[in-house]
Amino acid sequence: MGRCLVFVEHAAGEAQKPSLGVLAKAASLFDDVVACLIGQGVRELAAELGAHGAATVYVADAPELADPLPQPRVDVLAGVLETSGADTVLFAGSVLASDVAAGLAARAGGGLNWDLTDVRVDDGQLVGRRPALQDSVLVDCGWKATPRIGLVRSGTFEPAPGGGGAPEIVDVPVALEDFSTRATMVDRELARSEGPAIDEAEVIVAGGRGLASPDNFGLVESLAEALGGAVAATRAVVDAGWYPYSTQVGQTGKTVAPKLYVACGISGAIQHKVGMQGAGTIVAINKDKNAPIFDYCDLGVVGDLFEIVPKLTELVRARKA
Amino acid sequence: MKIAVCVKEVPDSAAPRRIDPATMRLDRSGEGALNPWDLSAVEEALRLVEAQGGEVVCVSMAPERAAASLRKALAMGADRTVLVSDPVLAGSDLVATSLVLATALEREEADLVLFGQQGADSDGAVLWAAVADRLRLPLVSQAASLEVADGRVRVKRQTEYGYDRIEAPMPCVVAVSDAINEPRYPSLKGIMGAKKKPQEILSATDLGLSDADVGESGSGTTVIALNPPPPRGDSLVIEDDGAAADRIVEYLVEKKLL
Ligand SMILES: Cc1cc2nc3c(=O)[nH]c(=O)nc-3n(C[C@H](O)[C@H](O)[C@H](O)COP(=O)(O)OP(=O)(O)OC[C@H]3O[C@@H](n4cnc5c(N)ncnc54)[C@H](O)[C@@H]3O)c2cc1C
Ligand SMILES: Nc1ncnc2c1ncn2[C@@H]1O[C@H](COP(=O)(O)O)[C@@H](O)[C@H]1O
Repeated sequence: MGRCLVFVEHAAGEAQKPSLGVLAKAASLFDDVVACLIGQGVRELAAELGAHGAATVYVADAPELADPLPQPRVDVLAGVLETSGADTVLFAGSVLASDVAAGLAARAGGGLNWDLTDVRVDDGQLVGRRPALQDSVLVDCGWKATPRIGLVRSGTFEPAPGGGGAPEIVDVPVALEDFSTRATMVDRELARSEGPAIDEAEVIVAGGRGLASPDNFGLVESLAEALGGAVAATRAVVDAGWYPYSTQVGQTGKTVAPKLYVACGISGAIQHKVGMQGAGTIVAINKDKNAPIFDYCDLGVVGDLFEIVPKLTELVRARKA
Repeated sequence: MKIAVCVKEVPDSAAPRRIDPATMRLDRSGEGALNPWDLSAVEEALRLVEAQGGEVVCVSMAPERAAASLRKALAMGADRTVLVSDPVLAGSDLVATSLVLATALEREEADLVLFGQQGADSDGAVLWAAVADRLRLPLVSQAASLEVADGRVRVKRQTEYGYDRIEAPMPCVVAVSDAINEPRYPSLKGIMGAKKKPQEILSATDLGLSDADVGESGSGTTVIALNPPPPRGDSLVIEDDGAAADRIVEYLVEKKLL
């Protein structure tokens, strides 16, 4: 099956859990697993990766790699592919990893399969599984060219520390393409954990772009208050500045599992779904009968939230009174 | 400023979506539409050109019938479309598609290449990075806001960790998020005018692409099998007849959630 290289993402001096999960999975499938760490001051993270299954860790540690931008990482990985002889490269999906994986696929000319929720070996062949078309079909996908590049849906695999010992550490020379260094990070606003906590809430009322303006979040807040729950939001409205990032549910936000999730004016894109599909009961209110959320909610109402939500709030209040 | 926007055709949201088990490819026989996520990219290009002058060209790879869907971008205000269409392109995966688009984009020499957030049919959301690498241009993805001044782009974008502000000199590639704007509806005048705008159709040969590098032979991935998803609990969808709020309350009471 050859050698598998795992790209390990890190933040604030810590290897990220989804990457360690992919490393654990790789170690269960391949005899020969190596990892790659790219950044500044990342060398000290290498030792830990041994315990998670990497026999060798390729380390590119340089000031020009300090910011988490994709293109310099493609340059480094293209080099590591050559020196390591790896023919499979696995990533835990993230904003950064997606761009790195696709850039690498173009550069190295292999095949890229994304959003994998499983990876297995069938008759000596690597097979990935990807839920497609709003999770209506599970596609088994393969690779007929190398490198086989795979992006695993974030959080799919759990880390399994305690495997190997101290890994061999190989320093990688850093030579970046001119075009790779032209995009620069001007500023980073790291998310603060302040703001309303939605992680533990038993009831969540979430609002999306269907609310039409930030002022209308009041409707969702009133319903949440009546139900004794917390308010959550989609990326679309968080990006638009209508609601704080700390309340965002989904791929780049929080993963929640309340007993009840009421989605108001939310289309239900896959990146939102991954953050709330664990809810016990999902109620959706959306005026578009073709909205994807109707494929996976428990109770869906095709209708205008501006009519329904205020009435619902009154009825809930009356019942509780 | 010349802006190229990569747009694709997807099955219309009302049309059933399925993968054809015979070909293992998306069934595109039903009604098609411009990918809704790409409307934000078209809108952003139009706003920039309206403010700063220039041209908006939409670039796409799809069967010829997609020309009709591309007309929506023209009706919104784009100047022309370039559609790469050729039977040999069928079955192109991400790597092969990125080659076709990059080759078509090279001819345009745009100052700015925009992408939409994702394909409604593929949810890939990564193609831009492959295209940028082939064009050897700087890349910024997930742009929730985009400013263009002094030959540079400034982008604010969300990641798992919060917000980044990234700058890059043009020419460059930017993939926008759907939060970046509210796309306009084409006006009647726009719809009428669209019919007169140039819609170029190019073959793989026109772009000098060799058959081996595109379509199924240029793709390093395969579809092995299609499996049904795990069964879900019953999902009940009702139309609001004025009593939906009552129905929701009944349902919540039934489920002991209220
Ligand atoms: C890398 C990446 C990461 C992402 N991470 C996340 C994430 O963490 N969380 C997240 O949520 N998204 C995420 N997204 C974005 C996601 O793909 C969608 O763009 C987003 O979830 C859409 O938000 P929305 O449902 O609010 O908006 P829309 O998709 O615009 O949906 C609005 C809905 O409101 C309905 N509506 C309008 N008016 C009314 C009315 N009066 N009454 C009832 N319904 C109405 C419309 O029919 C529509 O379905 C991510 C995307 C990418 C590419
Ligand atoms: N065949 C295509 N032709 C032109 N642009 C495309 C094509 N496929 C995808 N795109 C662009 O790439 C983005 C991401 O699409 P996808 O990779 O399908 O999720 C879309 O929003 C479009 O901007």
